[in-house]
Amino acid sequence: MFVSCADDQDDNVNGYTATPLELEIPPLFEEKILPPVIPEDNPQTVEGVALGRKLFFDKKLSADNTLACAGCHSPANAFTDPRQFSIGIDGIAGTRNSMPLFNVAWNYNELFFWDGRATSVENQALAPVTDPIEMHNTWSQVATTLQSDAQYPAMFEDAFGTQSIDSVLVTKAIAQFIRTLISGNSRFDRYLAGTEELTPSELNGLNIFLDENRGDCFHCHGNPNNPLWTDNIFHNNGLDEIFEDRGRGLVTGDPREFGLFKTPSLRNLEYTAPYMHDGRFETIDDVINHYSEGLVYSETIDPLMKKVDEGGVGLSPEDKADLKAFLLTLSDPEFISNPDFQDPN
Amino acid sequence: MRKIALALMASVLLFGCNNDDDTQPVVVEVSVDFTFTQNWDGDPIENSDFDIPQYTNENGEMMSISKLVYLISDVTFISLTDGVTYDAGDYNLINVREQTNLNFTPDIEIPEGDYLVSFTFGFDDEDNQDGIYPDLNSADGGWNVPMMLGGGYHYMRLEGKFIDDTGSLENYAYHTIRAADTSTDPVTLQDTSFGVGLGQITIGSSTNIEVQMNVAEWFKNPNTWDLNVLNTVLMPNFDAQIMMFENGSNFSNSQGAFSLGSVTQ
Repeated sequence: MFVSCADDQDDNVNGYTATPLELEIPPLFEEKILPPVIPEDNPQTVEGVALGRKLFFDKKLSADNTLACAGCHSPANAFTDPRQFSIGIDGIAGTRNSMPLFNVAWNYNELFFWDGRATSVENQALAPVTDPIEMHNTWSQVATTLQSDAQYPAMFEDAFGTQSIDSVLVTKAIAQFIRTLISGNSRFDRYLAGTEELTPSELNGLNIFLDENRGDCFHCHGNPNNPLWTDNIFHNNGLDEIFEDRGRGLVTGDPREFGLFKTPSLRNLEYTAPYMHDGRFETIDDVINHYSEGLVYSETIDPLMKKVDEGGVGLSPEDKADLKAFLLTLSDPEFISNPDFQDPN
Repeated sequence: MRKIALALMASVLLFGCNNDDDTQPVVVEVSVDFTFTQNWDGDPIENSDFDIPQYTNENGEMMSISKLVYLISDVTFISLTDGVTYDAGDYNLINVREQTNLNFTPDIEIPEGDYLVSFTFGFDDEDNQDGIYPDLNSADGGWNVPMMLGGGYHYMRLEGKFIDDTGSLENYAYHTIRAADTSTDPVTLQDTSFGVGLGQITIGSSTNIEVQMNVAEWFKNPNTWDLNVLNTVLMPNFDAQIMMFENGSNFSNSQGAFSLGSVTQ
């Protein structure tokens, strides 16, 4: 009877239950969008988040103890990498720009990475440890390393009720920490809350963003009723005529999805350069210029890309400046300096 | 056989619930299931049909469909027995390519019997309030319409490519919303949602109603749609929105995009 009544939904054993932790959800998120996605088998706990935070910043996850998750996902850069391509422990560069990490609990379709190959935050955290051009480690080695550490066994005991460390619990803890990385206090958020004014230039930039005849950014990047500023869907945004990287199509094998990549959030754009899946654009101006006059045709280009044969919608210099001004109102400096998100080690 | 079993079950329920002091029969209330299917002049549109230029519209352009997402609301049943109207008041966002919400059960139970059944394509003005539906704000990056166009929500996003008069493959984004004339201050809005009547349907204990959308109709009657002229930036185009309304509804006795498919009991 005891066995049949046991909760299969979590990894806690011996009846141990960690301290539940509610996510600090911004009021705008509460009001406007659906609740975050928290898996039943990995509820947020105080102990789990503390453990995940320590693991996220710990270089012991890499084979030679030189690289932590934070090595490519820096808090100061909204948890992305300012380099075009991150460098692994063997000095080898990746082929895609590191994605920023915030508000991932609101990725309702739960497809992560630029190509959506990971199907949960936990699953996403699994890959870099064993990737030969990232941490180049094995999970058995990680478990051995952490098991012999002076602090970790007790922390796993506190978080999950067991000192037996494995990849499942490590990624669960990291995922719990990542889900706490919530950004919802930009100037634009405060403008929507009625506590901040925007300049005429910024307001005009918002109009350009929402104007189907000019920016038309909103169909992929959302609108003031959706504080995520992404649809978390895959698009070909007219970067290349020929794909060196097939993106989503590499995962699905579907030629109709060749060259499609996930829409990144525009929130914290100020801190997340360079831009695009391959970090080809160094500045926000470069990005705006791309959509204004740099579009190129390919078979899978998204129908939302306009005037492709002319390179784009051709924004005026004033409109470009105002659009950029609006985009910068989505910066959340409190997020990148939040002491709860810094290295605890 | 199943009907007999259900009839026996209903009899037991009726007897079991009977109040000796009440001569009124106990009414069995049931939910009603809907299935939404899509076709191009009769050819079913499946996931594998997307992104393939295979459809020829009334104006003669070859075109593909990349995206087809649409909103229906206010499924309504008017009893032919006593004239009572039952309106669930909820809505359903159908994503054809992703095959989500093709099946929908309005959140209401009604007595078995004969009804006139209808629904609204999109939201009427009463329901089309800006930003009040968290699930729609969360869908597709935000199913919303910008405030500069009156706010509220999209009715449909139909997107794809077509071969234009010069032989080039061009994009189109046939988005239907409440028509907004931005040349006036304030913006003039016109409700372009429309009711779709499915006719008389007998509702039993397990009725499923198929609603068919013929996508070709959006380009056909009464306005032959020229994608060479009207392809993108249609949301702020008041006249285009009126034409979409006319083509999608059975305005002026045209066929309309929706029709009743099979009804199973």
